[in-house]
Amino acid sequence: MTDSYDIIVVGAGHNGLVCSALLAKAGKKVLVLEANDQVGGAAVTREFADGYSVSACAHLLYQLQPSVCKDLGLKPKLATSNMQTIALSEDGRHVRYSGASVAGVSDSDTRSYQAFHKRMARYADLLNTYLNKAPPRLGTTDFRDLSTLARLGFDIRRLGKEEMREFLRLIGMNIHDELDERFESPLLKGALSLDAVLGTHLGPRSPNTIMTYLYRLAGDHGRLAVPKGGMGSVSDGLASVARAAGVTIRTGMPVARIIVENGRVGGVETTAGERFESLTVVSNADPKRTILDLVGARHVETGFTRRIDHIRMRGNAAKLHLALTGLPRIDGLSKKDFAERLVIAPDEHYVERAFNPAKYGECSPEPVVELTFPSFRDESLAPTGQHVMSAVLQYAPYQLAGGWNDDARNAFLDSAIAVIARYMPDIESRIVASELLTPADIEREFHITGGHWHHGELSLDQFLFVRPVCGSAQYRMPLDGLYLCGAGTHPGGGVSGAAGRNAARTILRRERAA
Amino acid sequence: MTIQEVHQGRLRTPFYSRLAALDTVNTWHEWKGYTSTDELYCAETEYFAIRNATAVFDLTPMTKYRIAGPDALPYIDRLVTRDMTKVRPGRVAYAVWCDDQGQVIDDGTIFHLRDGEYRLCSQERHFAWLNAAAIGFDVTITEETAEVAALAVQGPTSFSILSRMGLAGLAELKPFDLMHVDFEGVELMVSRTGFTGDLGYELWIAPEKAETLWDKLFAAGEVTGIRAIGTHALEVARIEAGYIAVYEEFLPADETVRTGRTRSPLELGLNWLVDFKKANFNGRRALAEEMRRGSTWRLVRLDIAGNKAAHHSYVYANEKGNKTEIGFITSAVWSPVCKQNIALGTVKMPHGKVGDNVWVEIYYQREMHWSRVMAKATVVGEPFWFPSRRGATPPGPY
Repeated sequence: MTDSYDIIVVGAGHNGLVCSALLAKAGKKVLVLEANDQVGGAAVTREFADGYSVSACAHLLYQLQPSVCKDLGLKPKLATSNMQTIALSEDGRHVRYSGASVAGVSDSDTRSYQAFHKRMARYADLLNTYLNKAPPRLGTTDFRDLSTLARLGFDIRRLGKEEMREFLRLIGMNIHDELDERFESPLLKGALSLDAVLGTHLGPRSPNTIMTYLYRLAGDHGRLAVPKGGMGSVSDGLASVARAAGVTIRTGMPVARIIVENGRVGGVETTAGERFESLTVVSNADPKRTILDLVGARHVETGFTRRIDHIRMRGNAAKLHLALTGLPRIDGLSKKDFAERLVIAPDEHYVERAFNPAKYGECSPEPVVELTFPSFRDESLAPTGQHVMSAVLQYAPYQLAGGWNDDARNAFLDSAIAVIARYMPDIESRIVASELLTPADIEREFHITGGHWHHGELSLDQFLFVRPVCGSAQYRMPLDGLYLCGAGTHPGGGVSGAAGRNAARTILRRERAA
Repeated sequence: MTIQEVHQGRLRTPFYSRLAALDTVNTWHEWKGYTSTDELYCAETEYFAIRNATAVFDLTPMTKYRIAGPDALPYIDRLVTRDMTKVRPGRVAYAVWCDDQGQVIDDGTIFHLRDGEYRLCSQERHFAWLNAAAIGFDVTITEETAEVAALAVQGPTSFSILSRMGLAGLAELKPFDLMHVDFEGVELMVSRTGFTGDLGYELWIAPEKAETLWDKLFAAGEVTGIRAIGTHALEVARIEAGYIAVYEEFLPADETVRTGRTRSPLELGLNWLVDFKKANFNGRRALAEEMRRGSTWRLVRLDIAGNKAAHHSYVYANEKGNKTEIGFITSAVWSPVCKQNIALGTVKMPHGKVGDNVWVEIYYQREMHWSRVMAKATVVGEPFWFPSRRGATPPGPY
């Protein structure tokens, strides 16, 4: 059986859904094929223990682009919004910050933080403009590319002489040096370091961690929210919009290969052998999986293959889910504080030390932790009176020396629980069930090479004009009919929808031009 | 006190002892880590051995890669621009390979040794590129330059000499054929290939038997004339045959920094090697675009008036020169066998069509003083030297 579509989207991650919905709204007949039984990719809500559900991979919403919501008429229902970050201290004297305000630090740190945040927010706004556009090509005569480039130069210059210099000084720098110059509070420095390195294979002393910090602020100045029903509800919402626009979404249909005939894309074939025809295939899968596994190197050229093969995308973040009989005790927190985002990164050296072993393929003996209790404001996630905890743990390298066997998992789980227990002494007695997703698990369950949630390290050499690779940064791959729309393309990961939207606009513009 | 030999940090090929014994002028150069001879006695004499008798050239330093594995054919077919599915086992193919921008990295010969097993020979080293091209293919690539000793045996009497050595099946060997024969218990590969544009063969053998092979070859050649030669003589024959050479007619694209300094196969007159019927090969997209838009450069073979070799000359569209510069000469020589002043050059499109006249600005020195001449030149279509014996099977005895 073969069915024919204008466009086939491989993967119903949030970017694939955004892309397909926009294409369908423009009148295209679109089919989305998803390998898993649920839509959403890494933005899903899953039951991990009997009666306990949690956002399985991404768990905080802070980058969803207003342009995406506007184009699709999407209004996610939020369980919590404007969350504070509480940097936990063992002695209960926590530091809190949210937006431009900070509490629990000295007056001088407060002033410094406000100035720091103001500047970072300004740079983040500048960055955000360009996250919502296809990156311009360099060395071209195309008017659109040239005008975007000129505009980028102009926008940077418009910051003013001082600020432009500062922007250009900071963009490639490590966050540790900047934080160390500005702040006294180790706790504040630790927490901000963690913000900069979450989801990356970078430590606070790694280059361009200010850029990753800006990327985090870009969506909405880093304002954090948790959707009602978990991240899966955002994906379900996107799927509804897509279906309403006429998109056919079929789940449980892993694509085995993208069919290439006569040097161009001809459709896809599922693992069950079902074929679907289309002259345009958009892949929401990461660039390596798309090019090396689904298309096959023999259908593209050597220089391109080599660049794709060299993309750095080894995940380093693990996800921990705990089913709890009740909320744990944390000194210095009031009840309502359990709705906030809690982080364990007592000082900036702690974060760098946690990163050190990861360079050599070992887990952090004392991981950094970002955690939330999503059930606190959302009773649908756990039985009444009980709770779930969702935590990101770093660092757990994808290429663990010796591999991710049961011993390695248990050892990492134990060290994570031990760290958490310093702040929540009764945590162990409250655990009903637990689930640890290592980068290897994330790779297997969410089909992301290396289990990297950005589909490729977010660093200057893999950013903007050169994401995913030099010469192919405009969603269109050097194989006729093939496009990418996932986090591996510009701008990168996070539940933002920008990549999906930019890809859809690029495809439609090309069709109009053709 | 005796003068000690100074080590130059160069490798010696398995034929070094034989070359050194014949050497009278001691001019050697480096070729990919090996020491290689410019000339052994006199380049002119050596040249006439190529055209009138048999010349023997040590091409062991030629870079050699063994490519094998289940995906060897699809791998090579994507690597090079020509259709390799048509190259059967026992055949040799001249080929060119490009980067993604359709610019030539190098040219070379691909020997289909046995079913699914190939040897790629080229002037330059390409291990990194060949390995990058292997991503996603089940192939193994082995550098075997040092494991195979090779001799070019070229010239009108080469068939007679090799026949006298008792190489069975030689008479049936067509141009670009290869065969394996037994030579004193080891396998000798004979291919009817070469770089001289004349009747000739190349012999490939394990280094242990290299000296024996040399000795037998020279013994068999005594009657009809056989000479070892260096690269100077070969270079003259190469230009007469109209063959392009790396770092002369083109630069390897992966080692060229400035844009516009590389060449596509279409710009080197190798259109016949580019098969757009193939769904994919490295550079296909860019070359298809070049076909649509037109090339920037064109390779020309020039027959130049006078007898002064036009080394490095500018080429002009008309005799006045100045503002009408259209290109430059890449290789030039007085051809003794053609009695012609010949050259290869590169000119901007649309100049350089066969039959066009162009002017070449030649500077030459006579007793310290420089002179300049604007020589009229004609673009010719065929190689300058293409004797019928080159294609004859069986080749005639001489």
